[in-house]
This record gives sequence, C-alpha cells and structure tokens, in this order.
Amino acid sequence: MTQEATEVVEIPTQLPIVDYLRIGDDPHLAANECAGCQARYFDRRNACARCGKEEFRSVRVADDATLRSFSVVYRAAPGIPVPYVSAIVLTDDGTSVRANVVGLDDPMKAELGMRLRFTTFTCGTDDNGTDCVAFGYAAA
Amino acid sequence: MSDAVWVLGTSMTRFGRYPELDAVDLASRACMDALADGGVTIHDMDVMGAGTLFQSQTGMGQRVQKQIGQTGIPVYNVTNACATGATAIRTVYLSIKAGEAQMGLAFGVEQMGKMGLLRGGAKAEEKVFQAAGRYGAVTGVDGILGTETMPGVFAQAGMEYACDYDGVGFEQFARVAYKNHQHSTLNPLAQYRKEFSMEEIMGSPVQSYPNTLLMCCPTGDGAAAVVLVSEERLRSMPAEVQKRAVKISASVLTSDPWVESGQVQPDVNTLTRNAAAQAYETAGIGPEDLDLVELHDCFATAELIHYDNLGLCEPGGAGEFIDSGGPFRDGRTPVNVSGGLISKGHPIGATGVANVYEVTTHLRGEAGDRQIEGAKVGLTHVIGLGSACGIHILEKAA
Repeated sequence: MTQEATEVVEIPTQLPIVDYLRIGDDPHLAANECAGCQARYFDRRNACARCGKEEFRSVRVADDATLRSFSVVYRAAPGIPVPYVSAIVLTDDGTSVRANVVGLDDPMKAELGMRLRFTTFTCGTDDNGTDCVAFGYAAA
Repeated sequence: MSDAVWVLGTSMTRFGRYPELDAVDLASRACMDALADGGVTIHDMDVMGAGTLFQSQTGMGQRVQKQIGQTGIPVYNVTNACATGATAIRTVYLSIKAGEAQMGLAFGVEQMGKMGLLRGGAKAEEKVFQAAGRYGAVTGVDGILGTETMPGVFAQAGMEYACDYDGVGFEQFARVAYKNHQHSTLNPLAQYRKEFSMEEIMGSPVQSYPNTLLMCCPTGDGAAAVVLVSEERLRSMPAEVQKRAVKISASVLTSDPWVESGQVQPDVNTLTRNAAAQAYETAGIGPEDLDLVELHDCFATAELIHYDNLGLCEPGGAGEFIDSGGPFRDGRTPVNVSGGLISKGHPIGATGVANVYEVTTHLRGEAGDRQIEGAKVGLTHVIGLGSACGIHILEKAA
C-alpha cells in the first residue's frame, strides 16, 4: 500500500516587491556591501565593481534621506498611474536609492534637497490574496 | 608620415519617416552616397562597420552589401545603445590604425517609425506574485520604484545638476530646446524644421518634468555613412580629394566607471568627462578651440549637463552658458547647429554617424545656410545608456 504525501503550500500574506526590501516588523532596505571598499549593491555581484574584492556582507540601509534628483512623470506606459514623483534619494549613510516620493498632495511640491523618510505601502494583491509591499520616501 | 585616419566621404538621409522603405534601403542609400562623395566605390573598401540597435541580430552589414556590392570584406555588425553609430565608425578607424585596412565604410541606420515612449514596461496584472530577475521583483517596478522611461531618466540627470549648481531650472532646460528647434530651420536634413517660442516649449505637454514634449527627441528613421581612409592612401589621391578630406584628430570610446549612484541612475557624466579629457589630449586642443559641437541632446536636460561635461563652460556654469547665448549658432561655441537630436531627429543607430557627417560638412565649408563660417575644428559626442560614450574630434585639412 502506498500513501500519497500531501504537500502543504503556505501562501504568504505579503511579499516584498523586490528582494532588497525587507518587510515585517521593521521594514528596511538591505544592500550587499563590499567588505573591501564598502560600495553597496542591491543585486548580487561576482566582484565589487569598484575595487574588485569578492566578499560582501548584508547591511541595513538608513531610513532617512535627502532628495538628490526627481522628475514628475506625466507620461508612462499604459496601466501606470500618473503623475508620480520619480526620485533619486541619497540616504544618510550615503546610499543612492531609486524610488517614488509618496504622500505629496501636489507632485510639483517636490523640492531638491528636501528631507525624506523611508516608508512602505501595499501596491497590489494577487489571485492568492498575497499583498505586494513596495517602498517609497515621504517628506520627513 | 602621420598615421592619421581621415574622413574621405560622408552622407546621411534626411531623418524622418520612411514607411515605404526599410532599413536596408536607407542604409544602402547613405552608403552609396558616402562612397560617391569620396569618389570611391565599395570595391575600394577593405572593411565595413555596420551599426543598428533594433535590428542588431539581422546581419545588417551583409544585407547592405547585397544591395551595394558583395566583395567579401570583413563586416563588423555592432550595437552599443545610442553610441552604436560612433562604435561602427571606431571599428573601421581601428582597422585602419592597426594597418589591416587602408579604407573602410561605416554606417549607422535605424527604422523606428512611431515607436513612442522608450522603456518603461506596461503594467501587467500578475495572477500570482513570483520573484524574478536580479532584484527578485514580483511585479513590474516602473512607476512604483521610480521611472524607467527615457524622458524621466534624463530629466533626473538634469535635475541632479540643478541640485548641485545654481542658475539651472526649467527655463534653462527649455532654452536648450528653443535653440535646437531654431537651428533646425536651417537644416534641410532635419526631421522637424519648425521654430517654437519659449512659451510654446514650456507649455507643451509635460512628459517627465522638466522635459516637455518639445524638449524630447522624436523617434524616426534614417541612415548615415562615412568612408574613412588612411593618411598614406589619402596622399596618393588627387589634390582636390585631399582638400575635402577631414582629419580625425581623436576617436574615443569609454564606458561608465563605478560611481556610487550608478546602480540606480545611469551615469552619463563621468564617462563623457573621461572621453572628453582623452580626446582633447589626443587631439592636442582644448574646448576653447572648438568651432562647433554636435552633442547628445536626446532630451533638453541632457544637453545642458554636457556643456559642463565637455568643458564648454565653467564648472557649474551650464545655466549661465545657455542664458548668455554661448551654444547658439552665433555664440561662443555653437552646439547642435543641425537641430540636434531634439529636432534633427534620433534614429538611434544613425545618430553617431550623422553627427560626424554634420561636423565634416561644416569643416569642408559645404553646410549651406547653416554653415558656421570658418569652422576648422569640431567635436561629436554620443551617449548610449548602460553606458557608452563616443567622442570624435575632427579637423579641417591644413
């Protein structure tokens, strides 16, 4: 007699939009930092693009940031809500991050040099009921 | 004898829309015209460099040979984003420099039609989220984690400059487009030849602030070609041919070195600065010696920062440079007298060859209504995101 194994697939309630976003009680961004020169990468690298060292460690990226550059996007591919504020922010520990500035009542109120703070929000739900958690930066 | 490489012949199609032709037709036309301009034929060529971005896997060089002459010479089909054309030129340049060729043909072509907005994927509704790609993304991130569209990426490049330096804002970026539209009215090869007021430019639909529609290059079709020749071979040619030849004083290609922000925002600055420094040193000139510049104004925000990257203005002084009229055709260093990508058009693979056509034509004194009088030295610049930068410095025959 054979007994069929029943595989239980646990459906997550939430998933991060990208793997360098850590969600849970303490949402934050994580980077792979070069052990040699501290250059940071959000994806995997074979060797540090700056110094060539092959050792990396995972580090937490600071939540506080400054708006280095932005564009208010009015024209995008179909299905993407506009306008939105696309931004390059510089975190207080010196890491550049690309994300939206969120929470402004008027997108044209974005200002170069404004102080920002990391935040997360739900940006969609799939057929399993799993929420996608994204991140952005709100005026501090 | 110098081992310089010279432009012997050059041509470009008018940029625009050619629904009745294909890219092979356009490229063949530019190649035949460039060969005729140099007084040579495909049978004189030792090497061919063929540049196209969107048809890079179609054997474009060989397809053109079947139209204009199959002589069995080596073909290098190249692609390097918006630096594709400059890269095609460099393959021929390097072959001549290496002594493997005496003469070669390089061309760039693109048929884009009305492609519309480049980059930025349409939002698909995921049935079930599943991590994919190098960042483990469970859905498209464009519009959620910033923008991937070209007008937005280049808007951010310009706004970063505005963050670092005073005197740069919406109006300065708009003035770049004002200038290039104005310049294009004199160029019969430009896709658009219409002048617009500052109000019209600033009031046209915003694509990605600060870039409005009239501050963005159009998509389009077109081709351009150059015939390059070694100094040795040139000196064996008739005096009137030698007189029209234009010297390549520097040919440089760079890629983007590591910068901290490079992983989230393509760096178009450092590799341009590196290429410019290398080109000026090789040519033994400085930016103050340039009589005209054709640079990569895919968006108005891009042109402004390249004034600084190429050393055309004081460090941080790009806003003042455009406000004072420096890059206008009657200014200190005329920039994009062809109308630039913004108005002449930007069929991607053709662009880096077309700007060599433009500068060569001025140095020969053959640019007609748009001629920069007495032009002796000019610079061409293209940037491909990813990134690649091609710079050529050209000099009139002594």
